[in-house]
Amino acid sequence: MPKVKLPRKSTNIDMTAMCDVAFLLLSFFILTAKFKPSDALTVSTPSSVQTKIAPEKDVVMITIDKDNKVYMSISDGNRNQKQDVIDAVNTSQGLKLSDLQKANFVKKAGSYIGVPFSQMASYLNHSPDELKGIQIAGIPVDSAHNELTTWIAACKSAFQGTHMNLIVKGDNAATYPSFQGVKNAFIKNDEMKFQVVTNPVSVPVGTELYKKNMASGSKAVN
Amino acid sequence: MAEMDTSGGGGHKKGPGVKKGKKLSTRVDLTPMVDLGFLLITFFIFTTTVSQPTAMKIFLPKDVDKPEEQNKVKASAVLTLMLGKNDQVYYYEGDDPTKLQPTNYKAVRDVILDKKRRTDTADFVVVLKPTRDASYKNVVNILDEMTIDAVKRYALVDLVSPYERDLIKKTEEANGIK
Repeated sequence: MPKVKLPRKSTNIDMTAMCDVAFLLLSFFILTAKFKPSDALTVSTPSSVQTKIAPEKDVVMITIDKDNKVYMSISDGNRNQKQDVIDAVNTSQGLKLSDLQKANFVKKAGSYIGVPFSQMASYLNHSPDELKGIQIAGIPVDSAHNELTTWIAACKSAFQGTHMNLIVKGDNAATYPSFQGVKNAFIKNDEMKFQVVTNPVSVPVGTELYKKNMASGSKAVN
Repeated sequence: MAEMDTSGGGGHKKGPGVKKGKKLSTRVDLTPMVDLGFLLITFFIFTTTVSQPTAMKIFLPKDVDKPEEQNKVKASAVLTLMLGKNDQVYYYEGDDPTKLQPTNYKAVRDVILDKKRRTDTADFVVVLKPTRDASYKNVVNILDEMTIDAVKRYALVDLVSPYERDLIKKTEEANGIK
């Protein structure tokens, strides 16, 4: 019998290379995970069963923190509107803001308004990063003195033509009067539709909404 | 003929005739580690795209002063929910606030569904009246409850009359102020 030696190759694959690739990919995804620009305002929003994603463009966001302070910010992509808003309020309230102060609001990302008109000038001397630790009073929204109405009116005229997304991001611990003040500012400006930012949770089993969702298959409910 | 084929496949032999204990292999099989790595990758892929906050739409009714333009509601088909402090909800049916009953956010679902069952779907209205002590979380939860229970008509009303406020206070005292 002819000696046929089949060249025997090892069947053990060295997994080191694959492991390297796996961890490289993992690191890539961890690092490119979108980190929301760390809000200077930490708010824990309540949860709801809504499935519609909160908008991120053309947004005027009213934040209510746990101490019932109200802040207003406009999405960073809307610089022109930001400029219009700050100019309008400057002229109507006679704040005499310098260009540098205006730029602190318009050009810096994550900027927000959180003080009454009287303190605007000194407030805008700081950039948003400098403001992170400082306690500020918030925009007054009580029924006697609701400054948010003026701000919303300015936003409304700045956003004329494009659709403005009004969203309210409130903290769980905020109480109703501040929300009422925000609501009244909207009503005074005839803005009857707005959205409230929440954490998504699943629909409780056995409820009407659950049954409706099951009946209509995978169609999203709104 | 008498050749011993000691080469090929398998481990190396120390030498012919040496009987030694099995030499432990130092090779580690990395397959499970790779599995773990890929599991973590898929986890991060999914969580970074899915963690977006959702938005609840709210439509406010127009403020009308003329009574004839206000939505007419049948008193018997109305369920009023008043949101008090410490996550308490007080409710009464129709026009009669004296029969105020306390409940909490879990039991309120049964209350709403019970009333819904007893009324015509066309007439059923829930009136939400948060008091000054209600938290924002309470308000959002009750609005969410409206969606969960498929309540088609509901209204968020601001005014809580002093009479109702007194009733709430009395109920709180009766049940032990929390």
